[in-house]
Amino acid sequence: MADSVNYSIISSEIFLLIALCVIMLVDLFQRDKERKLTFMLTQGSLLTLFIMGVQDLGVQETIGFSGHWIQDQFAVVLKLAIYLTAFISLLYARPFIRERNLMRGEYYLLTLFSILGMMIMVSANSLLVVYLGLELLSLSLYALVALQRDSNDASEAAVKYFVMGGLASGFLLYGISLVYGMTGSILIDEVANYIAVSGANLMIQFGLVFIVVGISFKFGAAPFHMWLPDIYHGSPSSITAYISSVPKIAAFGMAFRVLESSFGGADIHWTPMIMIVAMLSVIVGNIVALIQTNLKRMLSYSAIAHIGYFLLGLSIGTDEAYAASMFYIIVYALMTLAGFGIIIFMSSDKNDYQQISDLRGMGRYHPWYALMFTIIMISMAGIPPLIGFWPKLEIFRLLVINDHVLAAVVAIAFSVVGLVYYLKVVKEMYFTEATDSPNVSNSRSLKIAISVNCLLLVIFGLMPDRIYYYCLSAFTSLN
Amino acid sequence: MTFQVIVFYSFAAWVVFSALMVITSKNSVKAALFLVLTFASASVIWLLLEAEFLALSLIVVYVGAVMVLLLFVVMMMDIDYAALRQGFVKKLPFAIAASLAFFALLYFFITHGEFSAVHFAQPEAKSADYSNIKELGRVMYTDYVIAFETAAVILLVAIISAIALTFRGRKHRKAQVISKQLAANKRNRLKIVSMDAVVEEPVSQVNDVEEEGEDK
Repeated sequence: MADSVNYSIISSEIFLLIALCVIMLVDLFQRDKERKLTFMLTQGSLLTLFIMGVQDLGVQETIGFSGHWIQDQFAVVLKLAIYLTAFISLLYARPFIRERNLMRGEYYLLTLFSILGMMIMVSANSLLVVYLGLELLSLSLYALVALQRDSNDASEAAVKYFVMGGLASGFLLYGISLVYGMTGSILIDEVANYIAVSGANLMIQFGLVFIVVGISFKFGAAPFHMWLPDIYHGSPSSITAYISSVPKIAAFGMAFRVLESSFGGADIHWTPMIMIVAMLSVIVGNIVALIQTNLKRMLSYSAIAHIGYFLLGLSIGTDEAYAASMFYIIVYALMTLAGFGIIIFMSSDKNDYQQISDLRGMGRYHPWYALMFTIIMISMAGIPPLIGFWPKLEIFRLLVINDHVLAAVVAIAFSVVGLVYYLKVVKEMYFTEATDSPNVSNSRSLKIAISVNCLLLVIFGLMPDRIYYYCLSAFTSLN
Repeated sequence: MTFQVIVFYSFAAWVVFSALMVITSKNSVKAALFLVLTFASASVIWLLLEAEFLALSLIVVYVGAVMVLLLFVVMMMDIDYAALRQGFVKKLPFAIAASLAFFALLYFFITHGEFSAVHFAQPEAKSADYSNIKELGRVMYTDYVIAFETAAVILLVAIISAIALTFRGRKHRKAQVISKQLAANKRNRLKIVSMDAVVEEPVSQVNDVEEEGEDK
């Protein structure tokens, strides 16, 4: 079975690639400055992919293409999350890029290419294909960040992103090449077999260090986080919203495939490394976010902290914990989109919104949106009725059950520290005197998008079991 | 001594000689040309290993494309190589020590440990009608088809992003943008600045007359 070229298991990828080529050609002949048709086709193909993905839910695990490709519930659920978050991020992007000379067909094309890369990452079954998917994703993202050609900040961010991304890929590839040298195969199943039979010797452990470093780089986890605030700050806000949310879901898929599926037998070697990286990210992210006055930078550091909590789940190493991590990363993507949605919403005229203090007077002049922003912040802080609370609770619970009590206590303490800077935003909106009304976007689609996104946070918060059920099902069918 | 051994040692000597010349020759263009010689001799050694396709692609890709680009760069840049070369003798002992250490390391890895020759059986020689390209093509389009296609998509992204980042439309085009012309209004075209009236210094009549006289 594994040798067969079974096109049915990559039907979504084939569909997306064909749709991409069609959109590319259609866009070429468009004279419309607004690129309405390109936008509609892009969103339409994402919707179609979503419907195709829903059909695939509960699929049997199938391996094909000589063992390089796998289709299972895990990949299907992650792909659904990717389509959904990418769809919302494009809704946010449209009013923003219209004002900034970014309204070009390439914006949508590169987004779709990066989605294709992410799909390849989550359902790859060999280290080579994982890496190629990652490169497809990263190359599209570098170009997206640089797309605002006349902005110095964006160009600087793109170069930094390119160099750091190249470095991370280098680490990852070096680790993979060492593992390949030892095991003689790049297929994840064969690497796992090798480790099951002859254990992880020194060379495999050496390679694992590089792989863990490469993956931490891509996640932007401390101590490999230096690039992340600069790039999130420098990129145009709609692109920041995209690169900070959707690719993390795929990166989780990659981390799971590379670390657990290949080196699951040697998890005593990599779980402590991930644990250290996770604790450092929680501590560094939360503390540095405290002193930020720029909302974009604050959200970047809070992203580092969130990645820390998520990696804590990965470091436990049980199926339940992987499901909790998956739940966390999907919820994180939804929340981060909403968080950067604030920035897009506040800067839809020519000025770019930056400072937290610019939110002054929101509570008085725009009470509905102030409420929405409060929901986002409280959800990110992880306060009960909202969705941000549940995955955190699951991860802390599993940490305690699996005898990592100290880690759980530290993580909980720092999540209280995190509350300070999230509530600072709320304080700024309601309790600081303001003389005039802050500028907000008057785009209707953006108003609807941000309201829907925030209400989703509330609704999922009231019934979190639906997403979590799918996350758990991804791991029960794995075994 | 078989013919293969003679070929191997003569071309290995060429590789070592030209590689040394790359770093010792005074002229940078010469150094680049010696690098070409290194590649060419190395490709003969690959031929001996029955990797015919790789040997050819080494010549086509490295000698044909990469080295020509490098030569262009070397010729275009005005670098003072004499200055770069200063302290050559002073640093030579360190350089020799570093290269000896690296040699020892490589020798150790080839003779001992997991990657040593003991762990790998000598491969059988292929028959005369064995085709490298055919085998590579077969593997690429069957076992590694997903990886191959993904690499192709990556190249497509590279094309699109290179165009998106550099193409700014045709320059000096005299086309009218009708929507822009219609959208023009007083506010964004005309700027009325309130200024104080400037009182010019009274100029004597004589100078004016003189200037007019000169103009004529």
